[in-house]
Amino acid sequence: MNALKKVSNASNRFAKRWAEFVIKKKWLVLIGTLVLALGLASKGNMEFDGDYHVFFSKSNPELEAFDALQEKYTKDDNVILVLSPSNGDIFTRENLTAIEELTTESWNTPYSSRVDAVTNFQHTSAVDDDLYVDDLSYESALKSDAEIAMIREKALKEPLLVHRILNEEGSITAINITVRLPGVDSAKEIPEVTVFVRQMIDDFKAKHPNFEIHSSGLVPLNTAFFEASMADMALTLFMLIVVIITTFVLTRNVYSTIATLIVVMFSIMSAIGFVGLMGIKLTPPSAVFPTMILTLAVADSIHILITMLQKMRKDSLTKVEALIESMRLNFMPVFITSLTTIIGFLTMNFGDVPPFWDLGNITAFGMLMAFLFSTTTLPALMAIFPVKTKAKEAVQSVGKNGYARLGNFVVKQPVRLTIVSLVIIGGLSFLATKNTFNDEFINYFDKSVRFRTDTDYISENLTGIYNIEYSIGSGESGGINNPEYLQKLNDFEDWLNDQPEVVHVNAFSEVARRVNRSMHGDDENFYKVPENREEAAQYLLLYELSLPFGLDLNNQINVDKSETRVTVTLKNIDSPEMIAFSERGEQWLRDNTPEEMHALGVSPMLMFSKLGFRQADSMFKGNIIALILISLVLMLALRNFKLGLLSIIPNVTPVLVGFGIWALYKAQINTGMVIVFGMTLGIIVDDTVHFMSKFLRAKRELGYDSKQAVVYAFETVGKALVTTTIVLIAGFTVLSTSSFALNSYMARITVIIILGALIIDFILLPSLLILTSRKETKTANSPANLNQIILDK
Amino acid sequence: MKYTVLVLIALFTIGTQAQTAEERGLEIAKAAEQADLGFISSTVNLKMTLKNKNGQTSERSLTTRTLELIEDGDKSLIVFNSPKDVKGTSTLTFTHKVGPDDQWLYLPSIKRVKRISSNNKSGPFVGSEFAYEDLSSQEVEKYTYKFLESNGTLITIEQDPVDPKSGYTRRLVTYNKDKGYRIEKVDFYDRKNALLKTLTYSGYKLYKNKFWRASTFNMVNHQSNKETLLNFSDYNFNANLTEDDFSQNALKRAGK
Repeated sequence: MNALKKVSNASNRFAKRWAEFVIKKKWLVLIGTLVLALGLASKGNMEFDGDYHVFFSKSNPELEAFDALQEKYTKDDNVILVLSPSNGDIFTRENLTAIEELTTESWNTPYSSRVDAVTNFQHTSAVDDDLYVDDLSYESALKSDAEIAMIREKALKEPLLVHRILNEEGSITAINITVRLPGVDSAKEIPEVTVFVRQMIDDFKAKHPNFEIHSSGLVPLNTAFFEASMADMALTLFMLIVVIITTFVLTRNVYSTIATLIVVMFSIMSAIGFVGLMGIKLTPPSAVFPTMILTLAVADSIHILITMLQKMRKDSLTKVEALIESMRLNFMPVFITSLTTIIGFLTMNFGDVPPFWDLGNITAFGMLMAFLFSTTTLPALMAIFPVKTKAKEAVQSVGKNGYARLGNFVVKQPVRLTIVSLVIIGGLSFLATKNTFNDEFINYFDKSVRFRTDTDYISENLTGIYNIEYSIGSGESGGINNPEYLQKLNDFEDWLNDQPEVVHVNAFSEVARRVNRSMHGDDENFYKVPENREEAAQYLLLYELSLPFGLDLNNQINVDKSETRVTVTLKNIDSPEMIAFSERGEQWLRDNTPEEMHALGVSPMLMFSKLGFRQADSMFKGNIIALILISLVLMLALRNFKLGLLSIIPNVTPVLVGFGIWALYKAQINTGMVIVFGMTLGIIVDDTVHFMSKFLRAKRELGYDSKQAVVYAFETVGKALVTTTIVLIAGFTVLSTSSFALNSYMARITVIIILGALIIDFILLPSLLILTSRKETKTANSPANLNQIILDK
Repeated sequence: MKYTVLVLIALFTIGTQAQTAEERGLEIAKAAEQADLGFISSTVNLKMTLKNKNGQTSERSLTTRTLELIEDGDKSLIVFNSPKDVKGTSTLTFTHKVGPDDQWLYLPSIKRVKRISSNNKSGPFVGSEFAYEDLSSQEVEKYTYKFLESNGTLITIEQDPVDPKSGYTRRLVTYNKDKGYRIEKVDFYDRKNALLKTLTYSGYKLYKNKFWRASTFNMVNHQSNKETLLNFSDYNFNANLTEDDFSQNALKRAGK
């Protein structure tokens, strides 16, 4: 113990000298830290990236497979505009003309490469002996009623249109704009498309008020991500107000409030500088960093300030004396809690989702700076401000009695409380396993977001938003015209159409059937794939020569004509169902086709579906490491191996409780929630540290027995723990109002976990402390040993 | 098919100051047409190489015959030699100075000639980055013109297609004045007026001391990053083809 005591004495001396230095050179310290914060902030550059690709690491196998498919064919992002005319019939002269107009205008969308609508659908027919391929409805304004009736009949029979571009009743239709974003600067390209499309919709609505328009697609998804980032960034302002109120209520001092505000502002400015220096582009998960830092940084300041003000009010110390004393008492605890929080956030780097790496790193850096500013700028400011207090003991003691009563209540029945707690925790842990992963990206947005409601409308009324794609190979150049390949492809198409989840299938076999029919005078008996390779190849050549600009087959056939792309549109199903469906398709191909036709299902939706699992797998190691590291920090801080080990229980169980309660609440968890273990561990460990250190101090220094030590711990740190919990809950409650589920769910479960942690630390932890130290003989240390690591006042 | 590639005449294109950019553009287009007059007929072999973003390639090989016509657009006949499953498939095209071109396809597998929808000619030619309209005879009447700039011997003209179904809003064509107004480069702008493709010509040779023909066309699509290369070989200006070589019967014969 002697060596450690020396370290402890040294750290106390260091903290004291540090405080004295800061107070002596208060102006220098203030200006120095101001320059540091401003210097970092000047490097700050907040850019947003809404591209959904940011959620996937470069090595993500699903992303690689999807990119490979897109490079083989075309890289497509899209905007789907869904038009619902008030008369409930697309097929009127006016409505078709309006659709044609909007289709033409859609070609002007920046980066557009293709526009599919009911009017420009390339209808194939036999006219005399010739193949005739033309727009289904061109110059609709000049069509007669009979012609329009024909168009309607053709359209509603067309498998490529119904459930994709047109609903069965012919009352709702879509225009699908395919854009090919260069991907050089998605922060510029995506808004460019969005601004154009929104303007186009507004103009169209002004001209044709009888149409209702809903829009969705990958570009609007990206825009929604983009706007979610901005909206969550705006929560910072709200959080600042919460910080001001909380600090004022807890310290009842204007100067403290101002000083805290300056410290957290400095911390955020530094973090913004970090964002700029590292070239991080902000995404919805990482855009919440200011709120996170505010929440966590404010706790540091509040601890130091409360102690200082208490010393002034209660012990009637002078301002400078109180400040030095508070710094001496709080330096190590603030250091340790900052360290554990930083470790917790850094574990996010173990995950497989880049936005969370950014969130972890930015917040960790912000916390480092918050520690620095709390121990420099804060005391300097408090030394400068003319802080005065009145002695107010009555209020304090009432609070203290409350905590003592709780302590006495626990002390009386540790066995019963332990059993009850463990039963509850056990039950909730069991429930926690009932959660399932769901990363339906549409549901990332709540119903206050237009993208969500529009997308819901589209999936309820017209088509699915989710899809899966398979690139089916033939094994040889030009092999897609091999009749065996075509027949197998056709079988796969049929099988897909029979699946209950499937809304629409777009396969090359449909093109082959359609052209074959038209080559045989539109005879329905020939609506089947050609039986001869030369025929198939030459029909395809003819058909391709007949297609207009932008409506070619290059998005469906690779350059070598050795592979084709099958696109399956699906109902809104959740992630496990999505993964199961994709695998069923893969299995069918393995069971029914030659090896070269085997393929993996890919799509953005599938990438998201697997993201939660991938994140959970990769975070597992990170969480274990965090647990070990943080337990080690605790053992060192407490100088007690056994208690360090025991601390794992109150540190781990809140997460189990949190997910157990979640199972009763939503039962579906997303990628954002995977990170909470490491993150909350770093935060809630503070409670345990404070409580255990006071418990040990009472035993070692004051010679109390376990029960007395527990009551002592309640009396001394009860309020501080409640205070920190209030601040944290306030911060995460602000975040939980986010419209973006990766953030709001993460914040909600964090609120539950933090609250759970407090309850566990007040009920289970003291019970366990009493039970485990029962057999101990009273080994009161010499009262002189006052230089324990003293956590909190 | 005739590629707008030309002779060393046209020294008379000295525009007056009063000339508008439109007039000057038209004048240059006419000079270019004039420079290539009189080749009567030609045949050439062609290898088409398609490349996607990853560098995967695919080849087709074709033979082209072209017959020069003065009063109307040229006639051309293209025969596919490979890939094997389309061997013998041939197209016959009558370009017209005004109105849509006529086009037929012979399918050897069913031994039938089919007419191709004349409305659609802006789509890609056999999956390549060339649209049919890029490859067809460039008749002066198919565009309106605007002179943009001249830089040494190079002159750049903007050409706006007359056909509303064209895939382009405009093309920027760079002629080489001193080399018989042969085309060095064409930039294609899509319907939203964004740069879509660039076609560069290289390996020019002078045939019969009058007709410049490039041995390589390289079309790069800037939006999809795909690329198509055309390699020409064995130009023959002595085939003495006649109208009979460009009939539907000739089309069937060619495919055998």
